Amino acid sequence: MSKNANINNDTVTEEKEYSILNLGPTHPATHGIFQNILKMDGEIIHEAEPTVGYIHRAFEKLSERRPYNQIKPITDRLNYCSSPINNFGWDMTVEKLIGCKVPKRVDYMRVIVMELARIADHLICNSVIGVDTGAMTGFLYIFQWREKIYEIYESICGARLTTNIGRIGGFDKEWSKETWDKINHFLENYPKALKEFSNLLERNKIFMDRTINCGPISAEMALSYSFTGPNLRAAGVDYDVRVMNPYSSYEDFKFDVPIGQSGDTYDRFMVRQYEMWNSIEIIRQAIKNMPKDEPVKADVPEFFLPPKEDVYNNMEALIYHFKIIMGEMDVPKGEVYHCVEGGNGELGFYLVSDGGRTPFRLHYRRPCFIYYQAYPEMVKGIMLSDAIITMSSMNVIAGELDA
Amino acid sequence: MSKELLDKVNQKLTVNVDSAIVSAEMSYDFPVLTIHSNKIHETLKFLKEDTELNFHFLTDLTGIQTADEKQLGVIYHLHNLPKNLRIRVKTFFDINKPEIPTATDLWPAANWMERETYDFFGVRFKGHPNLKRILNVDEMDIFPLRKEYPLEDQTRDDKSDKMFGR
Repeated sequence: MSKNANINNDTVTEEKEYSILNLGPTHPATHGIFQNILKMDGEIIHEAEPTVGYIHRAFEKLSERRPYNQIKPITDRLNYCSSPINNFGWDMTVEKLIGCKVPKRVDYMRVIVMELARIADHLICNSVIGVDTGAMTGFLYIFQWREKIYEIYESICGARLTTNIGRIGGFDKEWSKETWDKINHFLENYPKALKEFSNLLERNKIFMDRTINCGPISAEMALSYSFTGPNLRAAGVDYDVRVMNPYSSYEDFKFDVPIGQSGDTYDRFMVRQYEMWNSIEIIRQAIKNMPKDEPVKADVPEFFLPPKEDVYNNMEALIYHFKIIMGEMDVPKGEVYHCVEGGNGELGFYLVSDGGRTPFRLHYRRPCFIYYQAYPEMVKGIMLSDAIITMSSMNVIAGELDA
Repeated sequence: MSKELLDKVNQKLTVNVDSAIVSAEMSYDFPVLTIHSNKIHETLKFLKEDTELNFHFLTDLTGIQTADEKQLGVIYHLHNLPKNLRIRVKTFFDINKPEIPTATDLWPAANWMERETYDFFGVRFKGHPNLKRILNVDEMDIFPLRKEYPLEDQTRDDKSDKMFGR
């Protein structure tokens, strides 16, 4: 226990004595490095105090020294379950700063990858809720589909977990036929697997008894704690950045925003389930309406690496190549805030540029960090085992929490 | 759309909170207000509780140091969800007396964000219930995001970066 913790042990009264329990930092059920100091009354949590920062890597300080295209690998490591969303979020922030308009085709391709990432993110979260309630089957069954999504990433950009996918201004190249085959295979077969996964849990009496009314949060509370994403929607507020502030041509797509009622673990689970179905639908629409005969990059030679043969044969391309590699891109002065709907809420980038080679200040608005502070309030008075599934249903990702 | 919002907020603030505004401008798609640091709490309270503006959602709170290294700033991003209005509120104060009132009484969500700002910039939020470091170790005695603390060890001479360094 940290010596500066607010919870102290001298709480003996005449009637009863509380006991202090350290849950974490490394506990198999917390799925990451989280510490919670719990003041327990038997099995019931009387008070909780989270300690965060175990994997803090000073991203904001690092970003102040890196050229714009080298910041992208940092964003991979925020919410590493859905890193393409973070990557594109950063790309779009820089595009907003330099005033670059990307072709529709790039927007649609980004939407496909971002929705695949959302499926991967929700799929992990939901199957892990199953594991924590004692249902291992769904997790083992559905997890191979995350693997299929990672294979799609791999055939687009060569990486699987920390993707660093795409470029500022678009994609590095047209996707191969193999990629499209993989996406089509996924769209054809994944819904069946998701259906079976739903059958395992959604109307399962044991699962419902376990999760309904477990760790609920009211809409007012959720709003005052600045919840975003599925956790806010589960509480009954239909805020989705994709609808309210459309980016990357999301206004072209038709999809529902599922909302819950009581904001408990079951609602959070169900909201994520519905969002996975929505994501499949969005990907289908994107493939159907994909503009053909458009380039996969915007015309921003100052930011987008030229083809290698041009570098050897063309003076201008060589200059741009050199400037990009040395991080000497010219950016305007200004400050922008851009947000995307990440796997677990509004992921924002607040970027202040003074015209230099690196950002003057870059702040990541990490949804996890902001909503995790409501956790002590949510677990007050419930059982320890319920606190575990409340945490996994909030989808707190250590990388994003600690940045 | 956003320009109209800026004008409206500007006008309402001028009437309701006297001499609070330093400047009001558009920055890309965002209306930005700069407020005197002694009026910041009053302004935020007004922006939150005014029935028409009703910026009830604190999207983000963070700190910044000005380029001359003499001032610190705190930046609030506010959001009105039903009308989908967003605004950025900034306030700056002297780095030697980094004190402003807390916003935790308006938004509980400000708690950890203010702790993070304190942790990295050393801004002391008056009235904060539990102002201590959050991401860094408790024993740390510097505020690492201030520009006076460079990222790399400055005593090294094997990594000269005179040509391209900041």
